[in-house]
Amino acid sequence: MPDIGNKKTFSLDDAQVMVVIGSGAGGGTLAAELAKKGIDVVVLEAGKLTSRGEFLPDEWASFGQLAWLDKRTTSGSWRVARDFPNLPAWICKTVGGTSVHWAGASLRIQPHEFKARTTYGNLPGANLLDWPLTRVELDPYYTRAEDKMGVTRTHGIAGLPGNNNFKVMYAGASKLGYKECSTGHMAINSAARDGRTHCFQRGFCFQGCRFGAKWSTLYTEIPEGQATGHLELRPESQVVRIEHDKAGKVTAVLYHDAAGKLQRQKARAVAVAGNSIETPRLLLNSASAKFSDGLANTSGQVGRNYMRHTTASVYAVFDHKVEMYKGTTMAGIISDESRFDPSRGFVGGFHMETISLGLPFYAAFLNPGAWGADFARAMDGYAHTAGMWIVGEDMPRETNRITLNHDVKDQFGIPVANVHSDDHPNDLAMRDYGFERGEAVYRAAGARQTYRVPPYPSTHNLGTCRMSAKPADGVCNSFGQTHDIPNLFISDGSQFTTGAAENPTLTIVTLALRQADHIAEQMRKGAI
Amino acid sequence: MESPVVSDRDPAGTEAPVASGAPIAPTRRGLLHATGLLTGTLALSSALAALAPSRSWALEMKGLSSHQGAVLLAFTRHLYPHPHLEDAVYALVVKELDSKASADAATKTTLAHGVAQLDAIGSGDWLKRAKPLQEVDVVSLQGTPFFTLVRSTAVVALYNNDMAFAHFGYGGKKGNDGYLYKGFNDLKWLPNPPAAASGPIPKA
Ligand SMILES: Cc1cc2nc3c(=O)[nH]c(=O)nc-3n(C[C@H](O)[C@H](O)[C@H](O)COP(=O)(O)OP(=O)(O)OC[C@H]3O[C@@H](n4cnc5c(N)ncnc54)[C@H](O)[C@@H]3O)c2cc1C
Ligand code: SF4
Repeated sequence: MPDIGNKKTFSLDDAQVMVVIGSGAGGGTLAAELAKKGIDVVVLEAGKLTSRGEFLPDEWASFGQLAWLDKRTTSGSWRVARDFPNLPAWICKTVGGTSVHWAGASLRIQPHEFKARTTYGNLPGANLLDWPLTRVELDPYYTRAEDKMGVTRTHGIAGLPGNNNFKVMYAGASKLGYKECSTGHMAINSAARDGRTHCFQRGFCFQGCRFGAKWSTLYTEIPEGQATGHLELRPESQVVRIEHDKAGKVTAVLYHDAAGKLQRQKARAVAVAGNSIETPRLLLNSASAKFSDGLANTSGQVGRNYMRHTTASVYAVFDHKVEMYKGTTMAGIISDESRFDPSRGFVGGFHMETISLGLPFYAAFLNPGAWGADFARAMDGYAHTAGMWIVGEDMPRETNRITLNHDVKDQFGIPVANVHSDDHPNDLAMRDYGFERGEAVYRAAGARQTYRVPPYPSTHNLGTCRMSAKPADGVCNSFGQTHDIPNLFISDGSQFTTGAAENPTLTIVTLALRQADHIAEQMRKGAI
Repeated sequence: MESPVVSDRDPAGTEAPVASGAPIAPTRRGLLHATGLLTGTLALSSALAALAPSRSWALEMKGLSSHQGAVLLAFTRHLYPHPHLEDAVYALVVKELDSKASADAATKTTLAHGVAQLDAIGSGDWLKRAKPLQEVDVVSLQGTPFFTLVRSTAVVALYNNDMAFAHFGYGGKKGNDGYLYKGFNDLKWLPNPPAAASGPIPKA
């Protein structure tokens, strides 16, 4: 058993601890913040502790090491359900959660995007709502999060140097007249900072950063929290149920420990940060006589409004070599299309961000299921290929949702999550437009061939326990505190009222910082 | 670990992919236990020669016969036709199919039936059939469990090994220490973006 790094451990019967479920971007940050305030926290993480030295520079092997591979099912008309029926999402099951895998793009949600319902109107088939929060309220926390994560082009931190893939994007973007193209805002050290070294441009950001240049709760927040003596990390501890008392307050969680034994940890309060599929699944699986539709679900919104961003990729082949894999995976961004401009035929906006895949993943994701001469020719062009990912706002829909699949059980005999999604017409219009713009960028840079690549299994999973001003419209308030149960919190991307066009993690961390202040305040007042 | 199989159409996550590198050199002991053997020689000009211990290679199979292996190799060449890619790389797909067949009887049967079906179409030996006709046969088998198994194995195994990385031009684990001081931003056919859009190279 490796040294987990705990300075202190807590007993299962200690009813004064705060339990945080999940150690990723949301849970890891919240737990560390609480610990720094002197609040005792037990972090229960389903995945193993993998150290930086164990990361593998090998796409498939790393996927096996870090990804969430417990069974899930899918339904709906989205292409992922056809191509990857048991892999709706590409996220992690490991200490640090998906912050181990992420690329590091860290963008603030734009002011108008917090008011999606007001700005976009009442789109048929969409369940739009304004956030119970404004950008102005969040800005001080965004500033703290950017400092903590070392986001480039904030706090006087230099941008990362551009790699080959970025050079191609920049050439095309400037020819088209785009003005907002740079190496972006990345939570990757461009110079040594905060005890972590600078990026060495390995190109394995999706496989874990062995240099620790990229921010991840695995080697930032969690050890910092442990160092306070107020945070105990328990890896390989998968929570299967949250319990409550007669009054309806949560009192304990049941989890399977590393040996598979069922344990009960008492709790003063519980924060759920299992990412937007597992979080609603856990609330639904915790249904009781008192809460027959699942915990915190009087609104009926738990699991609904599942969002995954409107995504797609464009890859383009050039006469000369590109070697997109040399350097950071997400090396540059074009933000001109992120504005609100319905004249393009859709509401919401999108960013174009470079992406690179190694040869193995390029083969798997270029056109899942494809074979034959055309596919082989695309593979032949690998070294001459540049790539970008389109990430835009998708519409929340009540019918896009996480439900329990009672016919399929996991290793603990618990119903797995089914992920249902149908693209909204707005999503389809945006994706088509994004494809066209992405291809235009590469043609302007001299591409001889472009490829439109469908969405990968979802990396951004959002909205399934959304925050709302009114209890009837959502699951939690602007602090992630559930409307129904005051000592139960949602602490991950499930809280998002709408998806916005930006990569979500900076906002997840920002909300966790704000939530930590709120929880400490509530505890001080004796409210929880 | 339970196999994270994601689809019958796509293998993302099926089993651990084949080991990188050239198929194993034959040993006397191995040969005694193998049921089948595939052999070949790397082209003199092959860039892959540097990666292999010798120019001749051999793949010993535990679950498949030599003929089955050869048919599967030819079938895979039609699925993912790269005229200049050595048989030694396609043999890694056969290697993976062989290990799946030795681990699972149903897989072995699927492969045996598929090869038998091809041989029947080819009047006893599909390998003797004209290439354009083989092509037609491959298309006609699309959607069968045999086709799906071979394709989904091939799309992983063919492109996930050091020889394929060398052939297609991917750095693979060579990038583990980072490109920052070796080959970073070495694209010369486009101008450098302005400094404001990029950032400084950290000092070594
Ligand atoms: C390849 C890739 C690239 C990405 N790039 C970016 C990017 O550039 N920018 C960006 O903003 N975002 C990016 N993301 C998304 C980002 O990783 C996520 O938004 C973020 O990590 C989500 O944080 P979270 O806390 O909600 O969940 P996670 O970080 O996924 O953490 C959830 C944790 O909870 C654990 N867990 C789940 N259920 C249970 C349970 N029942 N009991 C105990 N533990 C449980 C899981 O094992 C996991 O460790 C990327 C994601 C991927 C996959
Ligand atoms: S490219 Fe930079 S951030 Fe990405 S894994 Fe390598 S060192 Fe880490």
